[in-house]
Amino acid sequence: MDTGDTAWILASSALVLLMTPGLAFFYGGMVRSKTVLNMMMMSFAGLAIVPILWVLYGYSFAFSPGGSGWLGGLDRLGFDNIGVATAYGTIPEFVFAGFQLMFAIITVALISGAIADRAKFGAWIVFVVIWMTVVYFPVAHWVFDFGDDGGWIATQLEAIDFAGGTAVHINAGAAGLALALVLGKRVGWKKDPMRPHNLPFVLLGAGLLWFGWFGFNAGSAVGANGLAGLALVNTAVATGAAITGWLAYDLVKEGKATSLGAASGAVAGLVAITPAASAVSPLGSIVLGIVAGVLCAAAVSLKWKLGFDDSLDVVGVHLVGGLVGTLLIGLLATKNPGGVSVDGLFYGGNADQLGKQAVAAVAVLAYSFVLTYIIGKLIDVTIGFRLDEESEVTGIDQVEHLESAYDYAGGTGGSPFKTGV
Amino acid sequence: MKLVTAVIKPHKWEEVREALASAGVAGMTVTEASGYGQQKGHTEVYRGAEYDVTLVPKIRLEVVVDDADVESVVSTITAAAQTGKIGDGKVWVVPVDSVVRVRTGETDEAAL
Repeated sequence: MDTGDTAWILASSALVLLMTPGLAFFYGGMVRSKTVLNMMMMSFAGLAIVPILWVLYGYSFAFSPGGSGWLGGLDRLGFDNIGVATAYGTIPEFVFAGFQLMFAIITVALISGAIADRAKFGAWIVFVVIWMTVVYFPVAHWVFDFGDDGGWIATQLEAIDFAGGTAVHINAGAAGLALALVLGKRVGWKKDPMRPHNLPFVLLGAGLLWFGWFGFNAGSAVGANGLAGLALVNTAVATGAAITGWLAYDLVKEGKATSLGAASGAVAGLVAITPAASAVSPLGSIVLGIVAGVLCAAAVSLKWKLGFDDSLDVVGVHLVGGLVGTLLIGLLATKNPGGVSVDGLFYGGNADQLGKQAVAAVAVLAYSFVLTYIIGKLIDVTIGFRLDEESEVTGIDQVEHLESAYDYAGGTGGSPFKTGV
Repeated sequence: MKLVTAVIKPHKWEEVREALASAGVAGMTVTEASGYGQQKGHTEVYRGAEYDVTLVPKIRLEVVVDDADVESVVSTITAAAQTGKIGDGKVWVVPVDSVVRVRTGETDEAAL
């Protein structure tokens, strides 16, 4: 085992964990002040539940030897058969398992943006448990397990997905679309103003996500080496380029550059470079980032035309950004920096890799959409997924959490009203 | 006695306060308000979705003054708050029957 590699993946794990509270701020700032706590709590629910599932069976389903291309084996149930001396490549398996846990947490949290302000919290918890079990753990195995009994996308199809463009972003984006359709539109959608209540939160969240994403992408080298360096540079470059692309779209369309556009562009770029961080050159990252920024900026208005309330644009940013990154690998992949051993169409390669990328993208998209729709419907007809209308109008924070995010009258003090304590 | 109420642009508030202080007005009540008149509101854009924001932020200030001072207070506020563009606000005056200073129990002009 290599101590340098181990140290970097330990640090990367902490970076990736921070992305989920960062996402909570990113999403929380975009909703109205009466629903911000519930929005952030949906991310924290992932932080609460997923580690338990991961130890019980999630890690085993995703990464245990002894399974098939579709699902991991049962050898690691309860983290059995792992000790401090067990190695995974050049690092301890405990470190690898901990690193991968953080990916599992944020993936389900990403979905929550599609159903802002209107999902019963208990139903969301149930959804997290079932969705992780039925959708995430198998898909993570398909994409991330390169072992002897590894996943079909990783080891048989050999599509390139460096850090989770398919398993994390296309997966979460397709699931978000399915849930937005199951739960329906918010009361007052298209009529009432639903402005972001705190754009500085959104920018703070985008910053925390970006910071953590260096662990997500550069950590996915599973080593402290040049590949990690390439991924780090590409992550910085594509993200900057995507902000530029989104703001350019803003400027052409609205005449002004918006801060929400900057934050959204950053996340779109981070999503798109995720699968491609090892495959493209830093020059290619500029192209990939600009394309992602412009296409995602254009995609977020689709929901208004098609009539589905994907409240915080999980589809427009994560599904579209994930598709952009996954498919552009087929064009922009290059052997030159040494991250991958194939060339894409633009570098003199043939269309084979593009075909593989498309198969991986469509497979994850279709699997996630169909299964999530079924899970969502099952929860809805049994325990009910959606809050009643009066509670939704009152505000989900008060109704589901017995709290308000902001005490606007707190400065006065000396209230004559008794508190009941 | 008269109650002078002014609704003005927030960025003019500091100038109005200084002008009133120079004119000898010792105190007032100020609230952050929102509303609209001819100015109507404005459009905001979030991820391409346009919202018409009808309510415009304003400062509402209230001061009770002696009958003799009404004209100068109104003209002071008007002069300090004016930009010449729509949305500068309004000033209006209503009669006040009585005033009591809570600390001392003084009434009317003595309480101002």
